[in-house]
Amino acid sequence: MSRRRLVDALLVLAVVALFAVPLLLDGGTSEYGGTDAAVTEELEADGHTPWFDSLFSPAGEVESGLFALQAALGGGVLGYVLGRLRGRRSATPVSAPGAGER
Amino acid sequence: MHIAEGFLPAGHAVGWTVAAAPFVVHGARAVVKEVRENPETTLLLGAAGAFTFVLSAIKLPSVTGSSSHPTGTGPGAILFRPPVMALLGTVVLLFQALLLAHGGLTTLGANAFAFAVVGPWAGYGAYRLARAAGAGLLPAVFAGVALADLATYVTTSLQLALAFPDAGSGLAGALAKFLGVFAVTQVPLAIGEGLLGVLLFRVLTVNARPELERLGILRPAPVVPAGGAA
Repeated sequence: MSRRRLVDALLVLAVVALFAVPLLLDGGTSEYGGTDAAVTEELEADGHTPWFDSLFSPAGEVESGLFALQAALGGGVLGYVLGRLRGRRSATPVSAPGAGER
Repeated sequence: MHIAEGFLPAGHAVGWTVAAAPFVVHGARAVVKEVRENPETTLLLGAAGAFTFVLSAIKLPSVTGSSSHPTGTGPGAILFRPPVMALLGTVVLLFQALLLAHGGLTTLGANAFAFAVVGPWAGYGAYRLARAAGAGLLPAVFAGVALADLATYVTTSLQLALAFPDAGSGLAGALAKFLGVFAVTQVPLAIGEGLLGVLLFRVLTVNARPELERLGILRPAPVVPAGGAA
């Protein structure tokens, strides 16, 4: 069990490091603009213009709020499911390993 | 990987919509069938959808000095097969197109084709190939989840190159240009997403064993005392 925990922790650490290390090494020289926006700018620079506009464009901070809402909804549901699955396992008495009835 | 609203020429917009639509309709049927026939896996289906929802909302920095977002379509494709993700992925894109002005309705078809069709199928294919080659569950999950992410961005680059070939170097030049923006940035993100997928499956193999056995991800545990069925 403790080895399992260790591997989980190392995986989390690896994910964090993967994004934190480039950020730290960079030392604030890069802008970290989005790739989607970069392509859009490139297309506009080449003279392409959109022929249809978004029906609704959230302004400024509203957009980051809605992105946070999307992440929160996903994270909430994911946490709920994993919590229920874990609760289910600890609620059933440990009988056979695996406990697959069928 | 979101092609912005209104940028694709109308012909391309219609073409990609027509190409993606059958996958999404088939995916909707697959979701309904899954929920009706196996209500006990609905919980996991929710987890698969939630995983894409979170990951596609988070923009992460990359070594290239720009940032991009993962896709999160891999685990669902591995668990429930790719058609299910054609629907779930399109729902995510629709949410972003309508509420966030990210992507768009005219580019929904193209974006869905890259994000909800090619990504999941590529990831699922990589997972199956790795398993067939004898890889363990977790290495195969890593390969599948990472490739679902990367394949989506490669597809977007191809779609953009088809719509906007370079005046001088043509399709190949434009593809190289768009891949230069998307693919390199995406590599560390795909690796990170692969690791998150492994983490998710480590949790699931412990806590959702019956579901994973039913979905054919894990083989039923051999009955220890009798020592038979394996």
